[in-house]
Amino acid sequence: MAVLPILTYPDPRLARPSEPVAEFDDELRTFVADLTETMYAGPGGVGIAAPQVDRLQRIVIVDVRPKLGEDCHGLMVLINPELVAWEGMAVGREGCMSVPDFTGNVIRAERIQVQAQDPDGRDRVYECEGFEARAVQHEMDHLDGLLFLDRLVSRKTDLFRRKNYQKKK
Amino acid sequence: MSQALLTVIGEDRPGIVAAVTQALYAADCAIGDASMMRLGGYFTIMQVIDYSRDFGAVEAALDPAVKRLNLRVHLDPISSVPAQEDVANVRVTVYGADHPGIVAGVTEALAKIGFNIIDLESEKSGNPERPIYVMIIQGSAPQGLEQVRQTLEPLKVEQGVEISVHAIDTALL
Repeated sequence: MAVLPILTYPDPRLARPSEPVAEFDDELRTFVADLTETMYAGPGGVGIAAPQVDRLQRIVIVDVRPKLGEDCHGLMVLINPELVAWEGMAVGREGCMSVPDFTGNVIRAERIQVQAQDPDGRDRVYECEGFEARAVQHEMDHLDGLLFLDRLVSRKTDLFRRKNYQKKK
Repeated sequence: MSQALLTVIGEDRPGIVAAVTQALYAADCAIGDASMMRLGGYFTIMQVIDYSRDFGAVEAALDPAVKRLNLRVHLDPISSVPAQEDVANVRVTVYGADHPGIVAGVTEALAKIGFNIIDLESEKSGNPERPIYVMIIQGSAPQGLEQVRQTLEPLKVEQGVEISVHAIDTALL
């Protein structure tokens, strides 16, 4: 096992889209183990995506137990993940290992259903909400070359929209 | 490199930010933290700038934009104080029928518990005959969320406003 170096913005490699995983072999499982160790070694330690360590494959790992205890799915290895359902909207502040020392508000779905494969290629479906759902969506964005910086919203966005109606004279 | 705090106000119209920032750029200034927004019929800019030439050169560089757009400008040299370490951990939203005293009442209560306001935005809005006041405060509450809630609870009745207090939780991913 090894802790892998993390790419940080503005490294252009973070903007590249990742390819689906086709081979579910020992090499993949070794990489998943390294990626998991790298995640736990990070400041947040709850999520990571393969392109953050310069491997352009659709692999996401989330484990929000450091934040939520046992009230979650624990370690989720999501290979070729797809969001199959989502509902609700929530604004929350996010930070990212690849964007050190900056946090910002981002809108995410509150509840999601994500379909993926595990390291042995078996199909899995997870239903997540709240913080765990946010983490999955954040990490899945990396697979499309997106950072939370691409989704920043204003501090005011959570409650009140800018008034946009005409005043009557 | 020296720092200054630049304040600009002028009647709102397109081109104010471009004119001011182009002038600063041409005078070798760099913009740091900035707040630029429309307040009432005016556009306002407050920003920290780093400048390498002398202070007078910055003022002179802004002069054509100031004259053309009829701006008022204030430039204060500041010492390079590092930003405070505390981060916003609580957001307070307040709204209700507008009347004098909402901001004073809420912020006095917050000051008493050592709440450090990092950001306050407010807006008078709605029907001109019956305006509503909306305020969003973000800051750091040294004793946490519950103390903020308790401190503000009596103000709901005293001021006739709705107040909600939320944790600002940062997901480090």
